Amino acid sequence: MNRLRRILGSDLLWSFTRSPGAMIAATVAFGLCLCALFAPLIAPQNPFDLASLDLMDARDPPVWLSGGDHRFLLGSDSQGRDILSAIFFGARISIGVSLASVALALVIGVSLGLVAGYFGGRVEAIVMRAADVQLTFPAILTALLINGAARAVLGPGRVAGSEFWVLVISIGLSFWVQYARTVRASTLVERHKDYVAAARLIGASAPRIMFTHVLPNVLGPVLVIATINLALAIITEATLSFLGVGLPPSQPSLGTLVRTGNDYLMSGEWWIVFFPGVALAALALSVNIIGDWLRDALNPRLR
Amino acid sequence: MLHYVLKRIGGAILVLVVVALIAFVLFRFVGDPINQMVGQDVSVADRERLRQMLGLDDSIVVQLARFLWNALHFDFGVSYQFKEKVTTLVAARFPATFELSLAASIFAIVVGIPVGAYTGIRPKALMSRAFMALSLIGVSLPTFLIGILLIYVFAVRLQWLPSYGRGETVQIGFWRTGFLTKSGLAALVMPSITLGLFQLTLIARLVRAEMLEVMRADFIRFARARGLSERAVNFRHALKNTLVPVVTIIGLQIGSIVAFSIITETVFQWPGMGLLFITSVQNADIPVMAAYLMMVAIIFVTINLTVDLLYLAIDPRIRLGSAQA
Amino acid sequence: MREAALPEAQVGIEGFQMKKTTVFMAFALGVALAMPAAPAAAVTFRHAFQGDLKGLDPYTLNETFTQAMLGNVYEGLTRRDANLKIVPGLAESWETPEPTRWRFHLRRGVKFAGGEPFTADDVIFSFDRVRQPESEFKTRVPSDARIEKIDDYTIDFVLARPNPTLPAEWDTWYILSKSWAEANGATNVQPATGAQLNAFALKSNGTGPYIITSHEPGVKTTFKKNPGWWGWKDAPGNVDEVVFTTIKQDATRVAALLSGELDMIEPVPVQDMQRVASNSTTDMLAGPELRTIHLFMDQKRDELKYSSVKGKNPFKDIRVRKAFYEAIDIEAIKTKVMRGMSTPAALLITPQLYSRAGEFKRLPYDPADAKKLLAEAGYPDGFELTMHCPNDRYVNDEQICLAVTSMLAKIGVKAKLEALPKAVFFGRAGLAGGYDTSFGMLGWTPSGFDSLNIFQNLTGCRDDKGNGSPFNYGGYCNPKVDALIPKISVETDPEKRLDYITQAYRMLTDDVSHIPLHQQALSWGVSKKVKLVQRADDILLYQWVVKSE
Repeated sequence: MNRLRRILGSDLLWSFTRSPGAMIAATVAFGLCLCALFAPLIAPQNPFDLASLDLMDARDPPVWLSGGDHRFLLGSDSQGRDILSAIFFGARISIGVSLASVALALVIGVSLGLVAGYFGGRVEAIVMRAADVQLTFPAILTALLINGAARAVLGPGRVAGSEFWVLVISIGLSFWVQYARTVRASTLVERHKDYVAAARLIGASAPRIMFTHVLPNVLGPVLVIATINLALAIITEATLSFLGVGLPPSQPSLGTLVRTGNDYLMSGEWWIVFFPGVALAALALSVNIIGDWLRDALNPRLR
Repeated sequence: MLHYVLKRIGGAILVLVVVALIAFVLFRFVGDPINQMVGQDVSVADRERLRQMLGLDDSIVVQLARFLWNALHFDFGVSYQFKEKVTTLVAARFPATFELSLAASIFAIVVGIPVGAYTGIRPKALMSRAFMALSLIGVSLPTFLIGILLIYVFAVRLQWLPSYGRGETVQIGFWRTGFLTKSGLAALVMPSITLGLFQLTLIARLVRAEMLEVMRADFIRFARARGLSERAVNFRHALKNTLVPVVTIIGLQIGSIVAFSIITETVFQWPGMGLLFITSVQNADIPVMAAYLMMVAIIFVTINLTVDLLYLAIDPRIRLGSAQA
Repeated sequence: MREAALPEAQVGIEGFQMKKTTVFMAFALGVALAMPAAPAAAVTFRHAFQGDLKGLDPYTLNETFTQAMLGNVYEGLTRRDANLKIVPGLAESWETPEPTRWRFHLRRGVKFAGGEPFTADDVIFSFDRVRQPESEFKTRVPSDARIEKIDDYTIDFVLARPNPTLPAEWDTWYILSKSWAEANGATNVQPATGAQLNAFALKSNGTGPYIITSHEPGVKTTFKKNPGWWGWKDAPGNVDEVVFTTIKQDATRVAALLSGELDMIEPVPVQDMQRVASNSTTDMLAGPELRTIHLFMDQKRDELKYSSVKGKNPFKDIRVRKAFYEAIDIEAIKTKVMRGMSTPAALLITPQLYSRAGEFKRLPYDPADAKKLLAEAGYPDGFELTMHCPNDRYVNDEQICLAVTSMLAKIGVKAKLEALPKAVFFGRAGLAGGYDTSFGMLGWTPSGFDSLNIFQNLTGCRDDKGNGSPFNYGGYCNPKVDALIPKISVETDPEKRLDYITQAYRMLTDDVSHIPLHQQALSWGVSKKVKLVQRADDILLYQWVVKSE
């Protein structure tokens, strides 16, 4: 526990203040998250309110180009939707999908990894075999398959509106293996240490030992994986959207915005894809930079 | 030792069986293949008749048994959408994906290792920093976007490279290769860059990290102390020692290359298995999907097994560990 | 210490690097040489479409594009010319000695690609084969018709009742060689399941201007010129070889045309039409298409599905249908979504196929009146419902539907859009899915190019099994319209027939049975090197393609 506090405390902060890249990335990520969080308050337009869209406003260029309209700072898309507002709302969905799916993967992966590493034996064999099977398929393929199955189970009538959760489940379930493997490996090491033996001696229950003693000591690598996975989840969501199984254009994520905007790249209406693309890349990039920095900062050997 | 090998092989077979089972369960849900097969105005009775012909009205147990039995023989029947034997289709498409994956891996390795080594040796250099920043941008852009941007610049604007397909191919026995013609090689360029970019950054970063560690190791200090040239230290000792984990990762990444080829092949209309798979998903073409999944599983299991066994050969500690277990 | 830690691994890696270097050099060479141009004496026409040829047996699948492509290889007794007029094909002429007897005089000296001479026996064989259970072209000939061989080059079709439009769709009922089919064991139609692949599913043997030389499903099909074709004397085409490719991605397809890798692509997405048209090496061919896009409304169920309205169906009230119609700003859809590439429609048929179409006008765009009508019908605050659209079938289908939902929102109707891939959409909203929809989009081209097809397929009453008009997704039913169908189908006096047709359209528009939207434009992108014929039914025949180097 102490180590965790120490890591998250002074050392990390110190390292952070000495890393301009991480600081810029954190600012960008934080800014985008704020925009996403408060999208309904700060966006000039609600892109989900169909009544507020006017087809005659479609495809206006950004405001600084000729033909631009002051209402559409970054231009408008083919339905007369304000690109800036669409980005805010899209980021909201992208960040939501990514947070929820990584959280899901974390919960599943960490618990299974802990259980496998702590108890060993048959439990471990089953969990690790399952992980092997899943590793047999790349995450994107797994997500594609789970997505297909979820849609089929829900039936066409009920998919509308639940695409968000279908995505969360398919991405979340395809990411858990990494956590399970890391946590299991660390747990294997930790469980033979004296403090665990001591805790067991004083009669602490297995879950208690796992969560209060072992878990904090394996959190470092998990945190790094989770951060990098956040970025990966954003990209995966975009890719699934590209393959046509993401969110519908009436409820676009950043990935969906890029996919639909992509159709207008050759026709000269570059802003429809450019700005959402930049937002998507900026978000993924800043999260990646933070993850990178976190990995270096938490790796004592590199200091 | 033999025990360990047998255990790994047994595990691999188990994985294949489980994949087959999961695939079968998934197929129950992908949708009604009959709809994709016939025109819109075919009567309900005719549809029922086709369903019977395909055995889709048999009980699940019968269907599962038939599926497993056929999968065992690698017999997946006839593609619903293309009306051609799945094995023929896969055999025709496999070389395309293989050559693309090979070219992409080579691109990733040939560029990734030197770049990684350089940034590892001189982590503070401007070039190193620039590359690390670039590599992060590389992993932060979706593959399809990169592909489309490449098409826009090199095919539409500059007209240097073809935007789709494999160019001219040469048939050598059962293998159709694009390596032997100019247009075939030109057509490979953009897809393999798109596909290899992610692996490239991964390899470069891995080599960099390993180099950073190795450079601190005692034997490097010792080598320096002996007065060996910087070059010899860097390449003969340091880089060589980073290669084991790198080779492992490259091996394991072949899987994700195959997976990402789905996207690259879609963007560039590359006639490989990824494109075949995505169209079969869209058309509920179950025989093709089954064959593809089993094939990917076999590739993966083989790679994992090979890596495991290679490790066994290389690292005696594992031999020891397994003897204890 | 000089030899580093892991000698085994090292050997492996060095071997690997050797191989890598050689391949990489080849790779680099490819980059340097870049785009090759392959000038050859033979004229090659490169053609790409978003979809594929879905099988080669010409009786297996009734799908417009596949059947159109096979029209380069096979021929029917009749053909259609550049203006869609029926002209002689494998039959040189025909007459109706009595209303129920059609006599066809067959072309002499025609040979199939395999060398078999074409005779009356082939027509009889094709007549029997097309009516087999596995055929999807059973309706090309009436089920109670008989065939009589007069001599080797004369054939009679004997009907149970008069049918003035009998050969209307015979240009796509392809005649197959009996002796070839028997020699190759392909007398039965290839089933759609793909079981027991027969010779016709694997290779082609027609009488037409081209021969399929290779077919890689989903990738590429190549055609070569059949120099012995009887029709070359009237066909301007000079193409020796055709390479047809499937390119699904819009951006990739357009890029390949702009970069000169292809001679023709279809379709060009509307947003890229301007670009293709203004490019120095390409042209846009965008003639009006025959297909009419419309919206259907469920008028059959007693309770509207997927709606906030319970216990009743608002679409049963004509005021609601009219309100929906008046809420749609078709000009905005034309200029903004279709970029001018559409012709707003007042009817379910294009004016090209119905000479009195000018007598009909669209309801005006009038959201205020629409709101009033809704209020009168008891929905002053509108209601909620779900709209179903395909998203990969028609030009900008999803975009149009999005625009419609946004326009409906302005009269208080909250329509939730479900845009589905066509395979899912038709499986669900159509007969196969039990018409599981309440409001949505459909496009229709009357095959046979006649209004009768519309009354039979699109507007007639139907039951849940699809008896009646199977494509009447909304289930509109007016027995008075249906009563005109038998009259139209047997009437041989053109003026009188036109009169019946106009009566039917009048009733449909008065009832607001559907909401017609527009005819989309054809969207072929063509290299300037190429001259060809764009038929309004969106079908390209290679015998009309002239390519200059």
